[in-house]
Amino acid sequence: MSTAVGAAPGAADADRAGSRTALLQHVVPWLAFVLALAAWEGGVRAFSIPQWLLPAPSAIASELLAQPRVFAMHALVTSGEIVLGFLLSVAVGIPLAFGIAYSKVFERTLYPLLVASQAVPKVAIAPLLIVWFGFGTLPKVIVAFLIAFFPIVIDTVVGLRSVQPEMLHLARSMGATGWQTFRKIRLPKALPSIFAGFKVAITLSVVGAIVGEFVAADRGLGYLLMVASGEMNSRLLFAAIIVLTLIGVAFFLLIEALERWCIPWHAADAHEGLHGGA
Amino acid sequence: MSLSAPTIARAAAPAPPARAYIRIDGVAKTYRSARGSVEALGAVSLDVGEREFVSIVGPSGCGKSTLLMLVAGLYLASSGRITVGGKAVAGPVTDLGIVFQKDVLLDWRSVLDNVMLQPEIRRLPAAPYRERALALLDQAGLAGFVDKYPSELSGGMRQRVSICRALVHDSPLLLMDEPFGALDAMTRDQMNLDLLKIWEAGRKTALFITHSISEAVFLSDRVVVMSPRPGRIQDILTIDLPRPRTLALRETAEFARYNRELRQHFQAMGVLRENA
Repeated sequence: MSTAVGAAPGAADADRAGSRTALLQHVVPWLAFVLALAAWEGGVRAFSIPQWLLPAPSAIASELLAQPRVFAMHALVTSGEIVLGFLLSVAVGIPLAFGIAYSKVFERTLYPLLVASQAVPKVAIAPLLIVWFGFGTLPKVIVAFLIAFFPIVIDTVVGLRSVQPEMLHLARSMGATGWQTFRKIRLPKALPSIFAGFKVAITLSVVGAIVGEFVAADRGLGYLLMVASGEMNSRLLFAAIIVLTLIGVAFFLLIEALERWCIPWHAADAHEGLHGGA
Repeated sequence: MSLSAPTIARAAAPAPPARAYIRIDGVAKTYRSARGSVEALGAVSLDVGEREFVSIVGPSGCGKSTLLMLVAGLYLASSGRITVGGKAVAGPVTDLGIVFQKDVLLDWRSVLDNVMLQPEIRRLPAAPYRERALALLDQAGLAGFVDKYPSELSGGMRQRVSICRALVHDSPLLLMDEPFGALDAMTRDQMNLDLLKIWEAGRKTALFITHSISEAVFLSDRVVVMSPRPGRIQDILTIDLPRPRTLALRETAEFARYNRELRQHFQAMGVLRENA
């Protein structure tokens, strides 16, 4: 990019710069990924690294392909916990944020409590949740929720407060009702922040579900990881991690797609910003 | 006033306008906080006539913006009384349009929809106000931009949109708080011309806050000079220049004389100093 900037202006140069940008954006990351895989495969073979220490990508792939139904079953269980944990975070986090943003009393009483609660290591609570809620799906969902809801609260509050005071003055001078101000100004203005919170929350939900499964479970990818670890089965460990990563990425992209659909003006801005910075 | 140039025809005490639309009577504003109180505005009295264009100039922090907020009913006065259109101000005045220094356009609405926010919130019928919004945008030179989004516009264009938004519901009062303060000099001159064109097409009572002396002279029927904090009215200058005002007017001796007279006020206050 920087070399293209220095070049003499001309259609041909602009074209070349354009195709170069496309190359950098789309081809190079994949190329780097493939190269890294090849280096991994080659390294494992060349130095005859034992499989329990570091399995080759090909070995991990064959593990995945050998029993796809098993992985699918465990992935489905974990995904369910992630989704439920995330939805619970949204269902609790958003109203909490509205309360904090709109009510001074609510803010003064609840906000310090919320912040303090975040100092408690959620992982440490997981065993307690097993005692309270048993071995089913519920304790995992609750761990995911406890880890994920806080960023939603914080980002939503920040978003609701991001309206410029002049805008609120303007709304009052138009005789806007509280609902109109919320519906037409505060909420759309807060949406980019709310989605930023969602994106953090969905990744944290993945962590929460796995942590929940670590403590006590008889299915799910976290359970699979524990089993594989007990057997020193690194192929299985890596395979489970890869499935988990794919699930995490898929959920993140889903939220991003939802964001683009809900707030197209924001997505357009972000896109422009990327080009402006390049 | 010893400072006044004798050749300029102006009343010693500016003649009260035919019919006052805004009456400000002994209004003061003191901000109270935990660290004590700040007197932003001393006792200010001012009448603004119906369809009159009045500018308030003063140094930063003289309370001129506070005065505008008090007239809008967005802040409440600590003492004194304000009436707008014959009604005492006790809360937000809704029969007006406001333009702030920040355009505060909504990023997610097109230019037209930003202007339409005003009738929408006021629950006015969409169709006729849409027509009016389009006409105003056309007058403001934005005919080709009605479907664009604020992020695609320059600062000057954005502020034009916010002026159209303040005018679309056709209320009798227009309040502007340093609307062109963030724009570059060239854009600012153009905005002054455009504002006058729109204002002269359908005169409203206008209260305009600025710290640009020449802008105030160019736009106004009267210019109010305010002293540093706590703000008080230092002088009121009637600008007896013909309308419609043109760029050529700015080169005339009268224009220069008004400017000089206002500038001398600021020199006397110590706000403007020359290093001799």
